[in-house]
This record gives sequence, structure tokens and C-alpha cells, in this order.
Amino acid sequence: MTTLAADAAHSAVTSGPAWAILIPAFPILGFALAGFFAATGNKNKLPALATVVCLAASFVTTVLLYFAWKDAGGGAMTVKAWDWFDIGSPGADFVASFSFYIDSLTIYWMLFVTGLATLIGLYASEYMSHDVGLGYCRFFAAFNLFVFSMSCLVMGSNLVMLYLGWEGVGLCSYLLIGYFYKKPSAVAAAKKAFIVNRIGDLGLALGLYLTFVHFGTVEYADLFANEKLLTYVDAAGRGAFHEIPVAAQGIALLLMVGAFGKSAQFPLYVWLPDAMEGPTPVSALIHAATMVTAGVYLVARFYPLFLTSQFALPIVAWVGAITALLAATIGMAQFDIKRIMAYSTVSQLGYMFAGLGVLTPTGGAYHVLTHAFFKALLFLACGAVMHGFAGQLDLRKLSGLWRVKGWMVVTIGMFVGCINLAGVPFTAGYFSKDTIIAECFVTPGAGPIGWILLFTAFLTAYYTFRVFFRVFMGPTEYHAGDDLHDAEAAAAHDEEVEHEAETGDHHFHPHAPGWAINSVLAILAVCSIAATGLYFVGGGKVDVHGHEVKAKHYAQSMVLQSTAAYVTPYDHHAFHPDDHSGDHANADHAEEPPAGVEPPERAIERPVFEPDVTDTIAPEREADLREALTHHVPPPAGVGPQGSIGEPLSFFGYDPHKAMYYVSGGLGALGILLAAALHWVGRRDAAHCAMDGIAKRFGPIPRWAENKWYVDEFYDSTIRKPLLAVSTWVFAAFDRLVIDGLIVNGFGYLPRIAGSLIRPTQSGRLHAYASGMAVGVLVLMLIVVLVLVRTGGLS
Amino acid sequence: MMSTLAQSGVPEIMGSITLAHYLFVSAVMFVLGLIGFLTRRNLIIMFLCTELMFQAAGIALIAFSRFHMNLDGQTFVIFVLCVAAAEAAMGLALTVLLFRKRESLSADEWRELSG
Repeated sequence: MTTLAADAAHSAVTSGPAWAILIPAFPILGFALAGFFAATGNKNKLPALATVVCLAASFVTTVLLYFAWKDAGGGAMTVKAWDWFDIGSPGADFVASFSFYIDSLTIYWMLFVTGLATLIGLYASEYMSHDVGLGYCRFFAAFNLFVFSMSCLVMGSNLVMLYLGWEGVGLCSYLLIGYFYKKPSAVAAAKKAFIVNRIGDLGLALGLYLTFVHFGTVEYADLFANEKLLTYVDAAGRGAFHEIPVAAQGIALLLMVGAFGKSAQFPLYVWLPDAMEGPTPVSALIHAATMVTAGVYLVARFYPLFLTSQFALPIVAWVGAITALLAATIGMAQFDIKRIMAYSTVSQLGYMFAGLGVLTPTGGAYHVLTHAFFKALLFLACGAVMHGFAGQLDLRKLSGLWRVKGWMVVTIGMFVGCINLAGVPFTAGYFSKDTIIAECFVTPGAGPIGWILLFTAFLTAYYTFRVFFRVFMGPTEYHAGDDLHDAEAAAAHDEEVEHEAETGDHHFHPHAPGWAINSVLAILAVCSIAATGLYFVGGGKVDVHGHEVKAKHYAQSMVLQSTAAYVTPYDHHAFHPDDHSGDHANADHAEEPPAGVEPPERAIERPVFEPDVTDTIAPEREADLREALTHHVPPPAGVGPQGSIGEPLSFFGYDPHKAMYYVSGGLGALGILLAAALHWVGRRDAAHCAMDGIAKRFGPIPRWAENKWYVDEFYDSTIRKPLLAVSTWVFAAFDRLVIDGLIVNGFGYLPRIAGSLIRPTQSGRLHAYASGMAVGVLVLMLIVVLVLVRTGGLS
Repeated sequence: MMSTLAQSGVPEIMGSITLAHYLFVSAVMFVLGLIGFLTRRNLIIMFLCTELMFQAAGIALIAFSRFHMNLDGQTFVIFVLCVAAAEAAMGLALTVLLFRKRESLSADEWRELSG
């Protein structure tokens, strides 16, 4: 326990620069400005300008904060804006101040959130130009509010701040999905997103309460240095989960439900594809790059809590894998290119969760970053197509766009996004995805997850390039969409008068994207490629809980310095890195610069290693050992003295990390080739391809996949309809009869019945009243006399 | 002399006029008024009957006032008389108005003022 105190003292949280508050302050200023422009009836692009300037200022502040944080030594810092909640109660003070917790994970997330928000804001200034003067201010107001909420979510220094941001992004998501509020489908999608997210948010809220009840604090700085939590991590490290109270283990499960809702994981993923009803910049920013990664952030931030839960991480991993596969199969059969991207987002989020679940928060976080760039790029490219072709999103009605004048930048952008998503070797998406898949084969018991993800990688490559080959390659042919972004805006738009003659496609001239869209696509394409670089640079020694640990690359160094690092003070008693370290020092990634680096020597303070006691170790803990060996980091929390290394970790006799480069790269190439053969080679028009004949042989399966495996219908019949029936019955039986009838009307009847009893006395006959009075007086007198007689007053 | 009467509390000599006599007159007047009010239907008579009861109460007040040698009661009756005079004017005016409405002085004509 002495080491405990020492380590807690070591990771003391310092106070950060006050100007960090500007990061959320700029977007809220942009929100206020957009509101001001709306109030003054603005009719030009000023709201977009204000938004881009505010968000850019926020991004610059984040970059400055990054350097300030680095100069300060790279520890966690808090910046307090003001006191928020301070509710004293005997035994426990509920304190949650409006303050920010800045560590590497915060900065890592905020950098791409504010950066992408700025770029997508610029893109939206052109994309939303149909709506200038109509919904333009509303759009940018919600856009700014979203960035503010997201920064509260990511930067908040306690669970209440996170919850504020969590609900804030949910609200903005709702507002922006329902942006075209005259469209019933958009309104329905907005409601669906909001309601499905409520289920997850309930989990998050309960997790928040339970955290406070159990640990007595919701502030990260106190929570992660909490003696109890450290004891639990210690217990988990020994595989002694029975020593950890169920309540503490439940926190992780509840937070997990919240993460599944926001990040669209398996049972709760259904809202995300429908969310594509919103304007495309919103789909790109909120529903692909940033908001949906909030769940990944949540799990990464509370990784110590997840490690102390016996079932949380395996569930996270399995749900992630199932989601990845399910969404990919649906994405294969869709024809709406934006929806394909939506399902691919769900699928990639599944990868991230699988990564977190198989103990590589690094892989999860790195995939978040690479995915943010390339998926934003893909969405914005799809949005450019939608914008230029009057809302056309059906890949059967678009073909060979690369030859159309002015569409080269979009084509290249789309291509860059596609190769990243498909995992073509040496792209950023390739490295981040491989980190996750390889880790599945390293983690004992996670092998099936690895196979699922590998198969999904193949499907991903196929459906990604299916879109690319159909829409951008092949013979040039296009048909205008049958609906515009907004009917009113279309009428106002002079250039698109041709659209009115929708029957004749020959009259339709697509308008090529302008400078704003093109430049944003170009920047994002460069960023997507540049994200590869983070896999090779930025490694080195980082300070983790007072231990010097060697990070392989930038993303890992950022994760290791945050609370997501599962390297804890408890590595002392873990095990001695003896014989196996030698094997795996060489069998590491090919890119690992010095291949023969000796694993860091660690003092064995408690030589309690007993290899015989092997029955109680949780399989996923054992993986930490392996991770530690392969990556030269001290073993993580879950590794206890009972840990034993059985057979050497391998993928058919090869090191998984190395083998995965070839296997997943090969599968990706196979998927692309298949897509080329079926959707590009020999295709004569937009509507037909070689796949049509093959799809028929599968019978009804492609149709089922196109109908999303009827999951929505399943939910409708198993949840919505019974719920509706029950609530109708409850309404009729309980609300109408008991509440309305017995209680409300009952109380109304009581005075009425009482009144009807004494109403006859009010006859209107003057003499009746007078007689009554006289009788009353007589009775009173009688009483007085009787009392006097009794008490002897008359005598 | 009155003070000794007050101390005794009961009339000693029935031949002289004592408090009991006044109270007896007052009671008789009040009961007459009450019977009149309850039995008659004519609004004016009923009104006069209330006046009778009123004055009966006044007599009782004055008698007690004299009995206790306290002038407050008599002062109070002066005020009551003034109020009664004003009220009598109002009551009669109302009666006239009610008569004009129904061409009748019967109190039973106004039974619609029921609950």
C-alpha cells in the first residue's frame, strides 16, 4: 500500500492554463453569433463565416494547448471555469465543477474534433448555400452548439460535464437530423435517433449515479486516484474478481450501455443509418467522425473501471465484432451511397469497440482518428455528388463521374477515402485496422473475434469499392435526383431551373463543386494519407504512472499517457519477463525500429509469482502479458501473479502483428478485385452489372440484406408494437378508469354528492330559513340552560 | 340602592320595577316579533316584526346598562337606533321595489332564490 500512495501522489493532477476555456468558448460564441444573425434576418453567408472563424480559433487554441501541455510535462491538468454543483450531504459531498480535464486523450480527441469541425464548417458554407436566408443560421447555430457540447464531453473534468456534453451532442444531432423538418422521413429519423439514444443515456446516467454512490466522487482527478479503485485494479490484476464488489463491476457495464447507444453498437445501432436524413456535412461531422466516437472515448477514458469488471471488456469486444459484421453485410446490399457509408461507419465503430475489448485502446483510438479523416472525406465526397446531382444518391443511376468536367477532385477524394476504408496496404486505415485485428489473435479467447473482423475487412473492401467502381468508374451516365435539398431553395436557385424538367435527363447539367468543397476534400484527402505518418512517428519514452514506457508511435504515446493506459502501478508483482521476451522482441511489427530492444527491466518488489496457480486468470488478462511482451510495455492491470504464458502467441506459427499485414492486406485486395470484376469490368450502363446475375443465385438473401435483415421490423414487432399495445391497454384501463375516473372525477363527485344532500335546505323560502334560525337559537338556548343546570349555574 | 340590587342579583321586592321586569318585556316583544316573522307572509309586516325584535334587544341592553351603572350599553343603543333608522329606510325601499316587480307583497313570490 505504500507504493499505492506514492503512485497516487506521483500522478497528482496539476492546474492547467486558464485560456483552455477558450476551446469551448469559441464555438458557443459562434452559436450566439449565428443566433444574432438569425434574429436580424440575415440573408447572406455571414453565419458560415462566423462559424468557420470561431471553430478555426478553437482549433488553434487546441493546438496551442497541445504544446502547453507538452511543455508542462505531459501530465493531466485541470482547468476550472466555475463552481457548478456543490451539494453537501452527510457522508458524501457531491461536487462537480464546470472544469476541464486535460490529458493526452483529451487533446488527441479535441485536435481532430475542432480541426474537422472547421473544415466541415467551410464545406457546409457551400453545401448549404441553397438555404441561405432560410435555415442557414439555424444550421450553423446547431453546428456550433454541437462543437461546444462535444468539447464539454471530451474535455469535461467529471462525469456530470461529460453527461452535459453527451446530452448536448444528442440534442444537436436531433436538431440537425431533423434539419429538413418539412420532410416526414427526416423528422422520423430525428426522433428515432433521439429515442434510441435515450436507452443508452439511461445506462450512462445510472453509471454516473453508481460511480458517485460507490466511489463518492465523479471528478476524474479524484476517481482515478481513488484508493478503492486502485485496490480493485489490484484485485483484477490478480484475477480475483470476487474481491471486487458487484456494484463496482456494474459501473462499467452501465457506462458500456451508454457507449453502445451513442456509438451505434449492435442492439442500438439502428438510428445511425436513418440519421443520414440530415444534411451531409452533419453526417460527416457528427454521425461519422466525432459524435459517434464519444462511446469509444467513454470506454477509453474509463478503462481502469472497465478493467475491474469481469465481463465488460469481453462484451465490448464481442458486440463490436458482431456489429462490424452485421453492418458490413447490410452495407453490401444497399444502393443509397450515403447509407452504405452510414453502415460502414457502424461497422468501423464496431472495429473500434472490438479493439477496446481486446485490450488495445491504442488500436481503438488510432482507428478513431484515421476513420474520422477518411470517413469525413467519403461522406463529403458523397455529399458533393448529392449536391451536384440534385440529391441523387442511388448508385444505379450514377456512373463514370470521373470523366464529367469538374469532378476530378471529388473522384480523387473518394478514391483516397475508399482505399483507407478498404484497408489497402500502407494507408492509415490499413495500419489502424490491423492493430485491432492482430490484437484479437494475441488476446487469448478473442480468436473468433479476429476471424470475424478479418472476414469483415474483406466485405468492407468489397462494398467500399462497389460504390467507387459503380459511381466514379465505368461508362459515364447520370440521372438527376428526384428531390432537391429543399423544394423552396430549389425554386430560388437560378442555376437549377433545368431540374424542373426532370423527365428529360438530357437537360440536366450537374453543377460541379466550387472552391470550398474542393479545397476541403483536398485537405481531408491529404490528412487521411498523412494520418499514416502517426503510425511511424511520435513514439518514444513516455511517463506512465511514474514508469518510463516505450510507446511505439504517436497514437500509442497519447493513449499511454492518459487514463486509457492500462499500465498501472501494479506491474511490480505481475511476472518476470523471462524467456518469452526474447522471442517477441524480434517478432514484433516490421516497422518497429530497433528490433532487438531489451524489455525494460523491472524491479520485482513482490516475488509472488506462482505459475502453478493458473486456473483463476481471466483469459483477457493473459493477453496483457502478451501485449506487454510484444510491445515492451510493463504488463497491465489485469496481469496477476497467477498469470502463466502457455503456448507462444501465434497466428499459424507467425507473429499476429506481422502476419496480419499480409493477411488483411490480401483480403482487402481480394475484396477490391471482386468489386472490380463484378461492378466495373464490362459494365455497359449505370443500372446493370455482373453482380445482378450472381445476386439472383443467392435467393432471397440479398433482398433480406437490402432490407437490413429486417432488424427494424423485428424491433417494431417485438418492442414497439407490444409496447404500444400495453400502453394502449394501460391508457384505457388505468389512466382512463383509475386516474381519470376514480381519482380525478371521484374527487369531483364527492362535493357534488355532498352538495346534493344539503341542497334541499336552500329552498328559497324565507320562512324556512327563519324557522331554521329560530329552531337553531332554541337549540342553542336549550344547551346553555342544560349546561347551566348541570353545572349548577342557575342555582 | 341600585348597587345593593346588583349585589343581591335577584329582585327583592316584586312591587317595584326591577331588571326582571324590563327583561320580561323585552322577551315578550322579541317572541311576538319572532312569531310574527314566522307566521306572516306580508313583507312589510315581516319587516316590522324584525324591527320589533330589534327594539326588544335594545330594551334588554338599556336595562342591563342601567343595572350595571355602565353607560356603554345606552350609548350603544343610541348608535343601534341610528343604524336601525337608516336600515328601515333601505328595507322599505327594497320592499317597494320588490312590490313593483311582482305586484304582490308575499314573501313566497321570491322563492327562486334557492340553492
